[in-house]
Amino acid sequence: MNDTAKTVLEVKDLKITFRLPTGDVHAIRGLDLSLEENEVLALVGESGSGKSVGVKSFMGILPENAVIESGEAVFHDGNETIDLLKIKEAVRRRTVNGSRIAMIFQDPMTSLNPTLSIGSQLITVLRSHDKMPKKAAYARGIELLREVGITDPERTMGQYPHQLSGGMRQRVVIAIALSQNPKLLICDEPTTALDVTIQERILDLLQSIQRARGLSIIFITHNLGVVSKIADRVAVMYAGKIIETGTVFDIFYDPRHPYTWGLLSAVPELSGGKSELYSIPGTPPDLSKEIVGDAFAPRNPYALAVDFKAEPPLFRLSNTHYAATWLADPRAPKTEMPKELKERIERMKQEAKDYAEG
Amino acid sequence: MGRYLRRRILISVAILFVILLVLFLLMQLMPGSPFNDAKLTAEQVASLKESYGLDQPVIVQFFRYIGNMLRGDFGVSYSIAPNTPITTLLVTRFPVTLRIGFMSLVFGTLAGVVLGLVTAFFRSKVVKVIFNFMVLLGIAVPSYLFAIFLSWTLGYKWNLFPLLYDFRSPTYSSIMPVMAMSFSVMAVIGQFTRSEAEDVMKSDYVLLARCAGMKSSTIMVKYILRNSLIPVVTVMAGLLVSLLTGSLVIEKMFAVPGIGGLLTTAISSNDYSVVIALSFVYSALYIIVMLLLDIVYCIVDPRIRLGGKPE
Repeated sequence: MNDTAKTVLEVKDLKITFRLPTGDVHAIRGLDLSLEENEVLALVGESGSGKSVGVKSFMGILPENAVIESGEAVFHDGNETIDLLKIKEAVRRRTVNGSRIAMIFQDPMTSLNPTLSIGSQLITVLRSHDKMPKKAAYARGIELLREVGITDPERTMGQYPHQLSGGMRQRVVIAIALSQNPKLLICDEPTTALDVTIQERILDLLQSIQRARGLSIIFITHNLGVVSKIADRVAVMYAGKIIETGTVFDIFYDPRHPYTWGLLSAVPELSGGKSELYSIPGTPPDLSKEIVGDAFAPRNPYALAVDFKAEPPLFRLSNTHYAATWLADPRAPKTEMPKELKERIERMKQEAKDYAEG
Repeated sequence: MGRYLRRRILISVAILFVILLVLFLLMQLMPGSPFNDAKLTAEQVASLKESYGLDQPVIVQFFRYIGNMLRGDFGVSYSIAPNTPITTLLVTRFPVTLRIGFMSLVFGTLAGVVLGLVTAFFRSKVVKVIFNFMVLLGIAVPSYLFAIFLSWTLGYKWNLFPLLYDFRSPTYSSIMPVMAMSFSVMAVIGQFTRSEAEDVMKSDYVLLARCAGMKSSTIMVKYILRNSLIPVVTVMAGLLVSLLTGSLVIEKMFAVPGIGGLLTTAISSNDYSVVIALSFVYSALYIIVMLLLDIVYCIVDPRIRLGGKPE
């Protein structure tokens, strides 16, 4: 990330509430996010932390009962700026969805229309933007399928989703998402529903496409292994807010928020680790109630008295590293991360070093 | 697909055979005989029975019946229209029932699909409340009550349609019976279409299409309509059969000369052969409709048509 990098997406103070019969649920409570050109940002957090809801608002596909209370999500394209939260539906469809931002979903089994052949689905998408003739759309479809690593695209064009394996379907889904040359691709846990071996290949594919096309990617996941492989930068979400953000190195080697400590400690380790797997005590807060102080405080063994009274701001730790915890305040007592985690990070560093030295 | 169809047809034939057997045995359990007439002496009844072959053991009667039926001969009526071949009765009356049934199905389905889709698509609360009210009414109110209401208003008060079926204008006089019967069809199909369409609209593939910038009209036709109507076809088949059998009361109310009225008369006058023939036709109809439905399914849904497994 050099200083001349251009910002693609800037989200400020996004608040989204779900209106439920039982009351309002504040799923996103002030989300700030920025993404640069050519950058892969991983959005990490537990289920219910608001990862998916946030990005769905950029695409205009929030459920009916979700209300955007405040905030902006500005997309920069050359000299043009578009507030994704305020544009009209018809304009969004013509100028944003597909052509500037596209999104793929978790389950490739349900992401394709079961009653249309792969070819028809690709051709339909291609022709809904440009009025290209069917033949040209077919040729472009073949090209796209090649790009996502399908070896016999002519055959695949004539097949139906149920005839393809999960990995193949996810490739087709990626081809559909890329069909209008978007600048930003949002991936909502695209490998979670796949076999581990296939996961790896889809990640490789996304990475090579990202490099070849110079895409920006927002990658939502709860798998930290995936994060270390694909991301440049990581944003950790908790209870509808970002609580720590930094480069992959910042987050993996120098985490500062107790929640991030917990997340990292909860990753199973193959070598040298303890046999018992760590899990963060307690459950995420009830977002239908007002939250006073730090949302993580009740589960946080390192919580200070102030954590229960006032919400911590996002403290700047370096040019790239920010954390929303009072522990980062200069007045706070010096608190180290848990010993086990520290040893673990040392091992990780050593392994990386050994690996680099061959 | 060919093997699948052959198997389905064989099973259907077997089912029909069992139905016929059960019908035959049930007829034996009915009290009295077709010749319940005080004026007939015991000898006369015996000779009548002999001439129709009713003195033979049931098993003989059964196989003789099947043999005749395969040649298209359902026997003759014993009491309601003595000695008239049942085939003749069927040929004149069955088309009337079929036509009214089909018209109700087509009309009710079209109205239901449109209503269901509109309600699924518009987020307005008012539309949803009106829709729910209509569905509730259509499902809860029996069709004969609705028929009485129509007769009173459209038929008697405003004199728009004939109160009774008229041979000279079959289409015109079918309108009221069709309306009475299609209301519940509309409610059932509407409810079903709506919930299917709402599910499909929330599906990942519709979201993916929206995220890729596909036109809403294209999504509507190629994605939502297509995928939400496939399950509706199943419901339609069941409805068709219940329309044909359920038209018994409506046929009576509007004096429609269909087979519904014929069946009720036949049952009350112990006309075995007519009851068996009509019940059999109803069952056969149901089985044939289900078979056709499977074939239609094969055509619309590639998952069944191609029967493919992931590679």
